[in-house]
Amino acid sequence: MRHTISVLVENKFGVLARIAGLFSARGYNIASLAVSETLDPQTSYMTIVVEVKDEAILEQIKKQLNKLIDVITVTDFTKKEHVDRELVLAKIAYSAQDKAKIEALLKKCAGKIIQAKGNTAVIEAVGEQAQVKELLEGLNKIGIKELVKTGRLAITN
Amino acid sequence: MIGAQILIECLKREGVEVIFGYPGGQVLPIFDRLYDADVKFILTRHEQGAAHAADGYARATGKVGVCLATSGPGATNLVTGIANAYMDSIPMVAITGQVKSFLIGNDAFQEADITGITRPITKHNFLVKDIKDLARIVREAFYIASTGRPGPVVIDIPSDIQMQDTFFVWPEKVEMRSYQPTYFGHPGQIKKAVKLIANSKKPLIYAGGGIITSGANAALLELAEKIQAPVTWTLMGIGAFPGTHKLSLGMLGMHGTAYANHAIMGADLIIAVGARFDDRVTGRIDSFAPGAKVIHIDIDPSSISKNIKVDVPIVGDAKNILGEILEQIKIGPDTAEWLKAVDALKKKYPLKYKDGERIKPQYVLEQLYDITKGDVIIATEVGQNQMWACQWLKYDHPRTFISSGGLGTMGFGFPAAMGAKVGCSDKTVIDIAGDGSIQMNIQELGTCVANKINVKVFILNNGYLGMVRQWQELFYKKRYSQVGISSPDFVKLAESYGAVGICVKKKEDVRPAIEKALKTDNTVFIDFHVEPEENVFPMVPAGEAINRMIEGLA
Repeated sequence: MRHTISVLVENKFGVLARIAGLFSARGYNIASLAVSETLDPQTSYMTIVVEVKDEAILEQIKKQLNKLIDVITVTDFTKKEHVDRELVLAKIAYSAQDKAKIEALLKKCAGKIIQAKGNTAVIEAVGEQAQVKELLEGLNKIGIKELVKTGRLAITN
Repeated sequence: MIGAQILIECLKREGVEVIFGYPGGQVLPIFDRLYDADVKFILTRHEQGAAHAADGYARATGKVGVCLATSGPGATNLVTGIANAYMDSIPMVAITGQVKSFLIGNDAFQEADITGITRPITKHNFLVKDIKDLARIVREAFYIASTGRPGPVVIDIPSDIQMQDTFFVWPEKVEMRSYQPTYFGHPGQIKKAVKLIANSKKPLIYAGGGIITSGANAALLELAEKIQAPVTWTLMGIGAFPGTHKLSLGMLGMHGTAYANHAIMGADLIIAVGARFDDRVTGRIDSFAPGAKVIHIDIDPSSISKNIKVDVPIVGDAKNILGEILEQIKIGPDTAEWLKAVDALKKKYPLKYKDGERIKPQYVLEQLYDITKGDVIIATEVGQNQMWACQWLKYDHPRTFISSGGLGTMGFGFPAAMGAKVGCSDKTVIDIAGDGSIQMNIQELGTCVANKINVKVFILNNGYLGMVRQWQELFYKKRYSQVGISSPDFVKLAESYGAVGICVKKKEDVRPAIEKALKTDNTVFIDFHVEPEENVFPMVPAGEAINRMIEGLA
């Protein structure tokens, strides 16, 4: 099962290596990872989506993260009301008859074309996982040439 | 003040009495300042020896052990010692030189990314990038190493930083928002524990190294006596509870006593204090202590419910929590029946070995105990020698048994004994060794003799890497693959270093040799030629339930 956890860390060199090393050394799987500074440049947020077999492993991951000296707080979004998003950039190749189909898809799934050149276009999509997934499946039928995704971001309100 | 001087000033303020180490190109400024400093320095013969000596010093004294090495190979030679300290939660600060800051990442001469290498085997590590951070980093390093669940911390200092000049500012206190260990147990959890204890009929205390770290041995003794619960311990917990006490069950686990293993399987309540349910202790996890509820006291939350499910977890310092529990227990449960059953187990499954014509390693240890009555510090190597030292010697006091528990490092015992002797010069320190292990750091004979650090090394010489041979005998059809090992003439070797060597081949010479060694004011190697194929029993085969032991003797 996938869980999203967010880790507030001291923004020091080597912190990412400490976290990544912890996951690899203990055999935990990272499904996605997003890192950036917070408003306070001395700290960073790492949003990590982990793939675990059971709750006990998730507990261990949280405890082990907390044990790292540079980790300030660990937030588990599993049981918290939260919103999460990921950003997708997809380059597609299309022909004239696909246009209507693409536009319908973009409208439905909150995507937009941010650049078009010849018969290729770069599409941006920001949304919940299900929405993004639907968009990508639709686009894939038309022809995705290249795809990049950020890790998932999450926040509580 | 230049960086090197700041470092030494910080070490003095941290109360460092001794540094174990080895010089080299990227620590020259530090050694130059050490020349004038009144800090004792022990020059080892190998950096690994320095790391283990600092570790042994820390285990024997409870203070932070300090070792110092140059960059590259100097630093990488510390790595085994750092990993060893990490696995056993030993407070240690390892200081390494690094190539000049502007050369880092350049594959410079003797460059190694030691903070990268030691990240998974340290509690924390630092690369000093700015001279202004140095004093704070040293302060934080000692604080991190010695508080919470202790562990090793590496400080990597580029040589140009050692030379840079700045004002020395000693941080008044350490403030780290991201590091705040929990010392006091949750009152609600403590209440639950007290209730479980009061309602138990067959309680058993399972004590680990955390008791010794926290100085909770007196509280543990009081608790055991108050609730009349038998006490077993891990290898790291040896000395946490008096081995001669009538409630003591000795060590449990793979080579624990049969009665400890049977007792824990029959308990209805396990009170685990400062122990982590390691696989060598639990055996097959799904059949471990099936009828027992578990109270788990540990300062490290990640130790709790890691291997087994716990009913009442209490995070905090063992001494504080045991104190709280003691205060709340009015009268203990009636355990008379249980203690009778445990005594019957003790009578039914005593530790035993078959004595014979040749010297048995167990016999050597029995004689040693008989002569010293336990008033010594024992260090061990790793393997059969270590397990026999756990089984056949008794330990009544904390910090008198020094052994590599988690990592199982051959070659640890001798330099660790040396470090322990430096820390406790009034005590007799004995390394129980095998002929394999002792050859892994035998160069430290030079350090012992040069610095008059008199340790006694008892080599249980069986011509084999005994524990591996035992596994090959029992589980690999006696196909002895690369376990026969030759040794030098240990007597001549010791003498060539200026130490004393004694060779013992006959049983009747065992006792006189031990007596002579203890009276000799020098480092002594005793080479006991023991029964080559003696096994350590009882033994729980890996992956078996811990009450399914091979006894070996019918």
